[in-house]
Formats: sequence, C-alpha cells, structure tokens
Amino acid sequence: MRKPVIIGVGLTPVGEHWRLGLRDLAVEALLNAMEDAGIDKVDSLYVGNMASGSFVEQENLGALIADWAGLGNIPAVKVEAACASGGAAVQEGVKAVMSGLEDVVAVVGVEKMTDAWPSDATRYLAYAADAEWELFHGVSFVALNALAMRLYMKEYGYTEEDLALFAVNAHTNGAKNSYAMFKKPITVETVMKSSYVADPIKLFDASPIADGAAAVIITTEEKAKEFVDKAKIVEVAGMGRAIDTINLANRREFLFLKAAKVAAERAYKMAGISVGDIDFFEVHDAFTIMAALSLESIGAVERGKGAMLAKEGQIAIDGDYPIQTLGGLKARGHPVGATGVYQTVEAVWQLRGEAPNQVPNAEIGLTQNIGGTGSNITVTILRRV
Amino acid sequence: MGRPMQVSRYWRHFKEKYRLIGGKCKNCGHVHFPKRPICPECGSQEIEDFQFSGKGKVVSWTIVRNPPSGYEYYKPYPIALVELEEGPVVLTQLTDVDPEEIYFGMEVEMVTRKVREFEEDGIILYGYKFRPPIK
Ligand SMILES: [Zn+2]
Repeated sequence: MRKPVIIGVGLTPVGEHWRLGLRDLAVEALLNAMEDAGIDKVDSLYVGNMASGSFVEQENLGALIADWAGLGNIPAVKVEAACASGGAAVQEGVKAVMSGLEDVVAVVGVEKMTDAWPSDATRYLAYAADAEWELFHGVSFVALNALAMRLYMKEYGYTEEDLALFAVNAHTNGAKNSYAMFKKPITVETVMKSSYVADPIKLFDASPIADGAAAVIITTEEKAKEFVDKAKIVEVAGMGRAIDTINLANRREFLFLKAAKVAAERAYKMAGISVGDIDFFEVHDAFTIMAALSLESIGAVERGKGAMLAKEGQIAIDGDYPIQTLGGLKARGHPVGATGVYQTVEAVWQLRGEAPNQVPNAEIGLTQNIGGTGSNITVTILRRV
Repeated sequence: MGRPMQVSRYWRHFKEKYRLIGGKCKNCGHVHFPKRPICPECGSQEIEDFQFSGKGKVVSWTIVRNPPSGYEYYKPYPIALVELEEGPVVLTQLTDVDPEEIYFGMEVEMVTRKVREFEEDGIILYGYKFRPPIK
C-alpha cells in the first residue's frame, strides 16, 4: 500500500467566535492548510464533525464546505464518531490515499458550539451517550466522567488535587500556543476553587465549550515531493480505531478504556513501533480523569499509575511522557468534532520542529481521540520523515 | 426545551423502565440489562425476558449540577451506577436520599418515579430510580 503523509496544516484559533459561523471557520482552516501544502485543488474532502445538526441545524457538511471553499464537484462527506469525529476523519482521509483511489485529500474538523444555549449544548454533547439508557435519566457527559473519576480516586488512592495536575500541565503548555483558548497558566488551587459541575469534576477539570476548525492535507510520500520540501512532510505511520459499549454501565471495567487499548495496539503494529518509542502524546483530556485513563489504556503506564506520572512531573514538556504539548483539550479548547484534527496539526508542528512549545528531537508522536465515554476511540501515530 | 417525541418512543421500553425486565441468554445463562438481541457473552440470539429483583448497591455516584436542558427542574440530583443483585450495572438517578449520605456499596432498591416532564405538550415520562430501602 502507498505511504500516506501530511503536507499541509491549517487552523483557526479555538474560542468563542461570535462573528464566524461553522462554514467560515471550516473554510478558513481548509484554505490555510491548502496554502501550507502549496496546492489549489484536492481529490476529495472528509469533514470531521459531531453534532452540526443539533448545534447549528446544518447537516450535509461535505457539500456545504467543499462548495464554499470552491473545491468544485469533488466527493465530500461528513465523518461522525462523537468527539472522535476529527480523528476518524483524518483516518478516513489516510485510507483513501493509501488505497490509491485518491491522491490528494483534504480533511477538516469543525464544530460551532457557542450558537447554542449552554444547557442545550450539554444536551447535544450527551447525544454521544446512549439516549435511551443514559441521557433519559438526565445524565450529562460531565457526570458520566465524574462516575469514573470518583471510582478512580477510590480504587487507587488519589485525591482531587492529584488529578488537577493534568489541568495545570495543560494550561502551562497552552499558554505558549497562540491558537489556544486559554493562554493563562493556572495552579492546583485554581482548579480546587472552581465550582463543581458534577462532583468530583470541577469546572477546571473539564474542557471548555468552544468553536474552531483545523485541517490537514494528506497525500502519498511519492507525490508530496511535487508540492513541498522534505522538512514539511510528516508520515502517518500507524492508525487504529475501536469501539466499546456505548453505555458506560454495560462496560465490564469502568477504569480501563478497552477501545483505546485495541486502537493503540493496531496503530503500534502498523507503525512497527512500541509505546516506548513515542516522544509525545496528545491524549484526549476532555476531563482530567480521561488523561489519566488514556495514558494507562494505550500502554504508556500500568493501570493506576496515570495520575502518578502527573505527580512526578513526567507529563511536562521535559518529562519522559510529555502530553498536551499545545494545551490539550483542556486549555487549547475542545470544539468536539474538530479536536482530533487539532491534535493532528499540533503533532505535525512538533514533528516539523515548528511547535511553540517544542519537545526536543521529537520523531514520533501519538494522538488519541475519544468519542463518547470511551465508546469510540482513534489512535494515530505520526512520524518525522 | 423542545417538543417531546412521539409517545411510542418511550412506550416501547415500558417493560424495562417500569418493571426492570432485562434479558437472559438461553444458551449461556448470562443476564443483562437492557435486553439485547444478541448475548454479549456468547453471541447467541436466544434471549428471553428476565425479571430483576430491583435490589442493588452503589458502585459510583455524582451530583449533576449543570444538567442537560429538560432536566433543570430536578437539579442538583444524584446519578449513580448501581450494581444489581443479579450482576449487571445500571445507570440511574438516586432518589429520597441526601447527596451527602451516599457512599460506596450503599444498598438501594428500585422504585418508579417521574423522570421528566415536557412543559408544552404534556407527556410525563416515568421510569426506575433507586433509593435506600425502607426498613
Ligand atoms: Zn450467552
């Protein structure tokens, strides 16, 4: 099969874009990525988006965005996997290139969340849970994660302060990223003083509701040379994806993301690497507890030790397991269906050596994108060429 | 928030939501909730109704303070994972309990309660909640 590479990245800052709609954000990110890749047309478009129908009453995003970006009569579709929609769209784009069916593919992840009232946004996000058996009972997404956080603290003896360290790390790194929503460092005290959203999850344990779009251009290693210098090329070395029960209560284990384990193992195998080869991890920290569970489930650390990595300072840029190098979902912001593409863009920055918060000599990076309460997970390995 | 769906959307689950009837695999004996067409244990499609006792204990819990629209009326309210006597875990609201009094392993029993009321067109949804048993 053909070797897929990323040759262009583009994005908008994450934030509350009152003046920009979904199409404006998507087109801006897309055109930035095409400019970065030095191209003016693509063979197809994959749009990562979770809930445009609910948030802005717009579906058919393939047509909308390709049309408004002036891409002509190309094939274009929306890819949906809840909050993992962005990661899934990137992987669909990669598959199209690998298969030989398409040579130059654009992927854009976009979500426009601030046009909805907060309590409606809370409802739309809960659509990623099981409507009949979870949302029916009035559960929010935060609450589902809170059930796991309480259990994690009890099972392994951690405190709320311990988990707050993931938020502190994310904000420290986000402060260096001009595209991040929050550019101010915080302390454990900031997290602890914030109010409970769903105990024990506090406001600062959770990622913010936001708008944003990010895009990448994927092609083959062969073809890449026609467009860009070698320094700009990043290989998509491995990828995997898996689901788990949509309903958290039906899970055999509440503190292990089986889908992340399966997805990661597939990605490691395809890339021919082991977890020890990875220089940095962009894991899905929609909530601080998810950062800990993610590190454990992808095999970076044994069960129960995820939060220990944070306590030991190993998740910082100069630690052994740098995570959320540009702020993660927590500080960069989490425009749900766009997040997986933001992670990809940030990993490409690291591997090109262009990151404002550079991991020294980064050669291999991992992005892990979670949809639902761990029910739909993508893992992608990127490697410097 | 919004108009309710057709009543049939809720009515079709009355066995599960009013009476806590789930599924039991005729092949391997695995019991599960809600009832599925295919046994998650052995893949058999021979599934029969199974009546749960309604007794269980709290595995984990949270207090919802920022609910999804449509549930503001109850806030703040406790939600828990409850492990049923027969094994499966259900997600449910806890009722008739002070949030401060919930603890790991707390015994609870199923009761039928109002879960949601739609203001405009007036359907009221009922379903199971769990409470500490009345001694
Ligand atoms: Zn069976």
